[in-house]
Amino acid sequence: MTASTSTPALPASDRPRGTPVLEARGLTKLFRIRSPRERGKNRFRATVHAVEDVDLVLETGRVTAVVGESGSGKTTLARMLAQLIKPTSGQILLDGKPVSGRRLHAYRTKVQMVFQDPFASLNPVHNVRYHLSRPVRIHHRAHGKAAVNAAVDALLSRVRLEPPRNFTDKLPHELSGGQRQRVAIARALAAGPTILLADEPVSMLDVSIRLGVLNLLGELRDVEGLAILYVTHDIASARYFADTMTVMYAGRVVESGPSLEVTDHPSHPYTQLLLDAAPDPERPGPQVIEARGSAPSLIAPPSGCRFHPRCPHAMPICSEQQPAQETVGEGHVAACWLHHADFSLGTDSPRN
Amino acid sequence: MSAPAGTGHPVLEIRGLRVDYGRGSQAVHAVIDTDLTLRRGEVVGLAGESGSGKSTLAYGATRLLRQPGVIAGGNVIFRPDADRPDLGIDILDASPGDLRSMRWRDVALVFQSAMNSLNPVLSVRSQLTDTLAAHLPHTSKTERVERAAELLKLVGISPDRLTSYPHELSGGMKQRVMIAMALALDPQVVIMDEPTTALDVVTQRQILQQIIELRDRLAFSVLFITHDLSLLLEMADTIAIMYAGRIVESAPAEQLFRAPRHPYSAALLNSFPSLHGERKVMSGIPGSPPDLRSVPAGCAFQPRCPYALPRCAVEVPPLSEPAVRTTSHRVVACWLQEEAEQPAALAAPEPEARARRLVSSAPIPAPEPFGGPL
Repeated sequence: MTASTSTPALPASDRPRGTPVLEARGLTKLFRIRSPRERGKNRFRATVHAVEDVDLVLETGRVTAVVGESGSGKTTLARMLAQLIKPTSGQILLDGKPVSGRRLHAYRTKVQMVFQDPFASLNPVHNVRYHLSRPVRIHHRAHGKAAVNAAVDALLSRVRLEPPRNFTDKLPHELSGGQRQRVAIARALAAGPTILLADEPVSMLDVSIRLGVLNLLGELRDVEGLAILYVTHDIASARYFADTMTVMYAGRVVESGPSLEVTDHPSHPYTQLLLDAAPDPERPGPQVIEARGSAPSLIAPPSGCRFHPRCPHAMPICSEQQPAQETVGEGHVAACWLHHADFSLGTDSPRN
Repeated sequence: MSAPAGTGHPVLEIRGLRVDYGRGSQAVHAVIDTDLTLRRGEVVGLAGESGSGKSTLAYGATRLLRQPGVIAGGNVIFRPDADRPDLGIDILDASPGDLRSMRWRDVALVFQSAMNSLNPVLSVRSQLTDTLAAHLPHTSKTERVERAAELLKLVGISPDRLTSYPHELSGGMKQRVMIAMALALDPQVVIMDEPTTALDVVTQRQILQQIIELRDRLAFSVLFITHDLSLLLEMADTIAIMYAGRIVESAPAEQLFRAPRHPYSAALLNSFPSLHGERKVMSGIPGSPPDLRSVPAGCAFQPRCPYALPRCAVEVPPLSEPAVRTTSHRVVACWLQEEAEQPAALAAPEPEARARRLVSSAPIPAPEPFGGPL
C-alpha cells in the first residue's frame, strides 16, 4: 500500500508516522466466574485468565494486528483498550500518560472502536444521519444543524459512501453489509479519534467486499495518520494489511514483529501452526498438520508456556517456566524457550 | 485413491434445477437453471457469496427446502448403482417413502452449524443410535451402540464420549459427531454446507483432513459448499462458482486457480490475500452482490465487471466451453468468450491437470526440526 502524500488535515497526523500514541503495559484481565449454587465468599470459585501480561503499542499511521483464535483474548484486549472493561492489572498509556477510568469522555474522543458485526452494531430503527450526527454533537465536532449535516456528509465521503445524500436517510436494512460497516467506521470517525480499534471489522462481510473495507482503513492510516488496531483471526489479511503483528495464544502474546517478518519467518511453533493451517492454494505440496489437540482451558491454563501441551518441540522446561520474549530479528520477538540462549545457538541461529 | 476428477461415473446429476422463494410474480429466483454433476469419489466444491444460492441449491436438490421455497423445475438424478450407470432415480419425483429411505442412506447432509444441529438434551449415543434405528429397524440395540462407537472412532473421537452431551464437546468435536452421523449408513453422497465456517482455522484444517481421509477410505462423493474459495482450491477436485443463483464457471480446481475464465472467478481469487511473496495492493470487487429481488438484466455480474460489453446488460450468457480450448471439463458463462481477444487476466495458459490433495496417500512426513539446530 503506498503512503499518500495528501495534506494532513486532522489532528491525528500532527505527529510523525510511528509515534506511539496508545500503549498497553502488562495488561491483564481475569474474569471471575460465579457459581450459581454457592453464596457468600465461595461465590466466585473459578477465574478465567482471559488476557495476561500483554504489552502492545499503537503508533500513528500504522496498523497493528492482533491475531489469534477464539479464546486467545484478542477481543478482551481490544475492549480493555477501548475502556469498555476494566483491566485487572496493568496500565494503559494515551500519549504517554496513564489513563484513569475517570475522564472517559476525553478518552473516547481520541480512541474509538469499530465492532465486528455491522448487522448488530447499528440501531435498526435509526437512519444513517442519526448514527453519525450523535457522536458529532456529543464530541463537539460541530454545532448547529447545518454544520452537523455538513460534518455527516464529510464523514460519509471519508468512508467512500458517495454521494452522501444517497445514504443519509437510509435505514440500516437498506444498506448492504459492506455499506453498513462503512457507516460503522464513519460513526467511529465522527468523534475525531486518532486511534481506531477495529475488532474483526471484515469477518462478517462477504469475501468480495472485505478488501474494499480493509483498503478503506488502510487509506485512513495513510492519509490521515490514524493508529489502527486490527483484531483478526485471519493471519493472511493481517499480513496484507498490518504493519506490525502480535500473535496471541490463550491470553498471552507468543510472537510479535513486523507483519511480513512474522509470517515469512514465524519463530513460535504456534505461529507456524497457524500459518500451516491457513488455507493457501499456493502451497507447493499437500500440507498435513498433525492433530495436536485444541486450545487449553483458560480456567486452568497449562503451566509454563501455554502452548507446550500441543507443541511438537516441547522440552521439559516448557511446562515449568513461562518463556520470556526473546529477540529473534529486528523488532521481532517470540516467547519461546527454543530461542533462549541456553537452548539454541542464540538469536543468530537460522530460523525456518 | 479414487479416480481423478471428471472421469468416474456420475452419482448425482442436477439438471436445470430452478428454485424460487415465493410464487407468482413476487417469486425470488434463488437458483436458476443450474447444472451440476457429482461423480463417484469426487469432491465438488460449490463456492459463492452469501445469497448466491449455494445452500438453496443443496436443499432444493435434496428436497429439504422449507416454505416459501419452491422447486420450480429441473431434475436431480441419483444413480445408486456404480455398475449400472444408466439406472437413475429422480429425487424430485420420488415418493415420500422412497425419499425418506433414500435420505441419509444414500445422500447425507452435514449442516452449517454443528453447534445448533445437535440436540442439546440428548447424549451423543442416543442421537447416533436414533439415526440407525430409524433406517435399520432390524438391528438390535447392542448392535446400534457398537456401530455408534465405531462411527466415533472413525472420526477420531474416543468411544467413551458416547455418553457425552453436546455442551461437553468442543466445536470441532461437535462437527466431527455431525460427520459421523452423516456417515452412519455408508452414504454414497455427502453434502456439506459450510461445515467448518464457525471453527478456528486449526480445527478447520483438522476437520478437512479428516473428511478427505474418510473420503479416500470409504469412497463417497462430497458436495462441499462454502464461501471460502481458498479452502476449496486445496481440497476439491472440481469447483463450481455461483453468482446470483447461477453457476458462472465450473472447472477442475487447479485450472480454476491458475486460469480462471470468468471475470467473477478471477476477481474472487484476487480477494484472498496471499501468505507469500510481496505485499500487493488488492482491490476486491467493487460494488456488492446483487439483491435477488432485483437482479440486473443480462449477466448478473455485469454492473461489477471491469470487462462488461454492451450485450452483457441485455442477454444472459449461456454456460458453455471456453474459447481457449482445453483438455479438461470446464464451462464458463461469459460473453467475453465469444470475443476475438480475451483480457490478459482471463487468458492465463492452463496448467497440466493434476489432482490437488489435502492429504497425500504417502505416509505423513516427520515434522521439520524447528528453529534450526537445537
